[in-house]
Amino acid sequence: MADTEKLVTFTVNDRKLAAPAGTLLIEACKTANVEVPSFCYYPNLSLQAACRMCLVEIEKMPKLQTACTVLVAEGMVVQTESEPVRKARKSALEFILTNHPLDCPVCDAGGECELQDMTFRYGAAESRFVEIKQHRDEQQWSPVVYFDRPRCILCYRCVRVCGEGMDVWALGVGNRGVSSVIIPNKQDHLECEECGMCIDICPVGALTSGAYRYKTRPWEMKHVANVCTFCGDGCKTTLGIRNDEIVRGDNRDKSGINGDFLCIKGRYGFDFTQHKDRLRQPLVRVDGVLKPVSWAFALQTVARRFQETQAAGRPIGVLGSTRTVNEENYQLQKFARRVLQTNHIDHHRTADFPALYDALAGKHSPVPLAASEDLKTAKAVFLIGSDPTNEHPLLAWNLRWGYRLNKTRLYLLNSQPIKLRRQAFRAAIVPAGSEGQAIRFLNGGGAVKATLSQTAGPDDKRWPQTPASRPEATQETLGDFRERLQKESDVIIVFGAELRGDDIHELVKFGSSLPGTTRYIALADNANSHGAADMGLYPDLLPGYTPVADVAARQRFESLWGGAIPSAPGMDAGDILGTAGKGELGALYVVGSNPFRHHPVDPAALRTTFVVVQDLFLTETAKQADVVLPALSAYEKQGTLTNTCGEVQLQKGGALFEGAKTDLEILHTLAGLLGHKWAAPDADEIFTEIRGNVKGYNVSLVQVLAGSSALSMSVNGPVPHQHALTQIQPNRDSLFTAGSLGRYSTALNAILEKRLRAEKV
Amino acid sequence: MSIFSPQLNTRFDELLKRYPVPRSAMVPMLLYAQDELGYLTPEAIREIAARLDESELAVHEVIGYYSMLRTKPAGRFHVQVCTNISCLLRGGEEIFEHCKQRLGVNNHGVTPDGLFSLEEVECIGACSWAPAVQVNYDFHENLTVAKLDQVLDKYRTGGVQ
Ligand code: SF4
Ligand code: SF4
Ligand code: SF4
Ligand code: FES
Ligand code: FES
Repeated sequence: MADTEKLVTFTVNDRKLAAPAGTLLIEACKTANVEVPSFCYYPNLSLQAACRMCLVEIEKMPKLQTACTVLVAEGMVVQTESEPVRKARKSALEFILTNHPLDCPVCDAGGECELQDMTFRYGAAESRFVEIKQHRDEQQWSPVVYFDRPRCILCYRCVRVCGEGMDVWALGVGNRGVSSVIIPNKQDHLECEECGMCIDICPVGALTSGAYRYKTRPWEMKHVANVCTFCGDGCKTTLGIRNDEIVRGDNRDKSGINGDFLCIKGRYGFDFTQHKDRLRQPLVRVDGVLKPVSWAFALQTVARRFQETQAAGRPIGVLGSTRTVNEENYQLQKFARRVLQTNHIDHHRTADFPALYDALAGKHSPVPLAASEDLKTAKAVFLIGSDPTNEHPLLAWNLRWGYRLNKTRLYLLNSQPIKLRRQAFRAAIVPAGSEGQAIRFLNGGGAVKATLSQTAGPDDKRWPQTPASRPEATQETLGDFRERLQKESDVIIVFGAELRGDDIHELVKFGSSLPGTTRYIALADNANSHGAADMGLYPDLLPGYTPVADVAARQRFESLWGGAIPSAPGMDAGDILGTAGKGELGALYVVGSNPFRHHPVDPAALRTTFVVVQDLFLTETAKQADVVLPALSAYEKQGTLTNTCGEVQLQKGGALFEGAKTDLEILHTLAGLLGHKWAAPDADEIFTEIRGNVKGYNVSLVQVLAGSSALSMSVNGPVPHQHALTQIQPNRDSLFTAGSLGRYSTALNAILEKRLRAEKV
Repeated sequence: MSIFSPQLNTRFDELLKRYPVPRSAMVPMLLYAQDELGYLTPEAIREIAARLDESELAVHEVIGYYSMLRTKPAGRFHVQVCTNISCLLRGGEEIFEHCKQRLGVNNHGVTPDGLFSLEEVECIGACSWAPAVQVNYDFHENLTVAKLDQVLDKYRTGGVQ
């Protein structure tokens, strides 16, 4: 890392430049807008110096030097455009091209290939090489990774990103010299996390993706920034859309909070949008069977039945979504409270945000929440529960980044030896369910047995994979864990659903006792889980965690929404479903959620309940509905989403899907049919209302609209919130599953099938 | 259960003590394993990877790098003919061609009876006595086609090793 205190001055092409000591020459040139071409150099990966494309002339050095490995030095005089340099570049290209096929017309990388660009710019038009080129057929290494060996220029970026970045180490180099070749870990195929990082980092078309290969050209697509709709980390995925259909996802422009990182879901999971089972027409149950009907008929049916239920004085329950945008969630709870006059509203909870905000009450400044990127530079991170590698791939990537580049000390408290233990500074393995007790121990109370595995520290890059035989440690060793942790300052505390309610208060108590500024990240599972909580999809909490029972707060929203809302807290999801199971619920309105998958309700009990489901697919819940309304997916609409850290980002949509409507449009139409004059469904207008009225959401509009993220801060004051902690039910997703939605991704299924087949063999 | 003999395992134990980083022992381990088994079987690779706490891929990378390490069976007598510069100047290529004829196999081939395998190699450090051929660990130097035939015959009749 560059030593920022000391600047050195040097000359490049007769320009005087300065850069911090320790800066690589290639980076210093880039900062000064001096182009030094490169292939193998990739920022934040280890140095390779394999391609010789970055050669420059440095005075007093006998030969040309690789700018990607030389550090700037005081008084250094550099030429990047001299005749020897130009010649060297040309030769480097000629050399690389000796065995490169003339594939450009069919190659996926055509049009965005670094080799193409460089050859165009610096290359030789003719080759002196007359030998026969070595050909090898394209190989399929996994459902998503294909390898076209002759195109490979041996830059080893793929090998490094898979090993250093992903900590998977699935790619290697076979043979030697001219016959060097990239090889997969299972001889002729890959067994890996299928993230596709290697494909996107490949400067040429040697590694190509199963989803995109031979489909289209970069200039035939529009590229629209979206937030991944799968886990709660909120990666930006730039969708390549051709003829209104998504054909690829990547983030090569490194524009989001995730840089160029995406896991398989963000990169290839988008194909659910074109799944053949996608609903294209509303369905209404007639004589026991769901029949396709017109939108008008379906919506009128819903409005009429809601009115009848209200008139009969029977309860209506509303279950919202953790994938729909903030604007839709906000309007949904407004619809429930104002139009349906019910507080029986909830969502699938995977983290206890109210408890966190309650515990943080009064700690406004400095900001007690950490953004995802902060993990890359943290001095110390305390991670309790969860398995980020599977459940929060971006945060895991950032944690590995911090460990690798900034020597972050990771303290791990978990019931499982999760993969991130390989980056851990200290790891305490405690019995499942005793995480809360362990936190109490850290606060000086209680006893907990922990298996404490000690690592060699951040310099040891490949910590043993199987710390199987470590002795069961006693309280003293967890004591050692505590002692070390207490000496850390500016710690970021990241915790999973293992901690909830009082445990979180204990955690914040511990965090507050640490030196410096302690910041927190609560891990929730779905793309907008945090947003759903912030927007008030709770029976007792209005947007911004203001209690519905709080008269002043309620009145504020009543005047904003032009009328009364019920004052008593409603039923939570468990009670709503329980009431339905007893046949006592009048209506159930489910938006983008599939509660019956894990909590089946007896169809007989539902006979007197009017069930409306608004979703993309005929889920377990939708199959039992009286009316099914086809909704558009996250990639087909605009709005904002809040990731698990609280970062608000813009969703731009871009894809089109015939027949379905946005949840927002459906809500507004229903409100109209039920006699409420809502303005046109305009996500921007609603976001303005949210910014003005939901505490913590007065984020910078410019920042959000410009496509970057803004950290929301819903820490306002105490959050009196009584609820059953059992309502928090994490998905426990793997890298290849995503609640109910992942099941409709062909790419994810292909991986799961491949793994099942491999297990059987 | 180890697939290696107890003697070899003892040798591995000693090797591992010699280096600060376990994986430094990889090359000698592979070489000795190959001597014992004839070639590096998938099981041998797996076991060595596990002992070094490395991935099998990392072991494959090393095997691929060194041409003397092999993952396919060789003959009982592995005939390595040098055709590098000194040997080339003194008839190495003829020796190699002759081997092909005599053994009826090409480079990297194994005779059907499994007795011989043939490989064209780079300098084996016997330049002063070129042309030279190495059979397993034995050197045969200052060769002519006729001398080579005698050498091969000796191996065939089991007179050697
Ligand atoms: S897809 Fe990801 S895990 Fe698999 S080889 Fe490529 S970089 Fe490695
Ligand atoms: S496959 Fe691509 S990224 Fe990997 S070494 Fe070859 S050119 Fe570089
Ligand atoms: S880490 Fe999460 S948000 Fe990022 S691409 Fe993967 S599933 Fe999507
Ligand atoms: S970029 Fe410097 S050698 Fe490849
Ligand atoms: S060239 Fe054959 S032994 Fe040296």
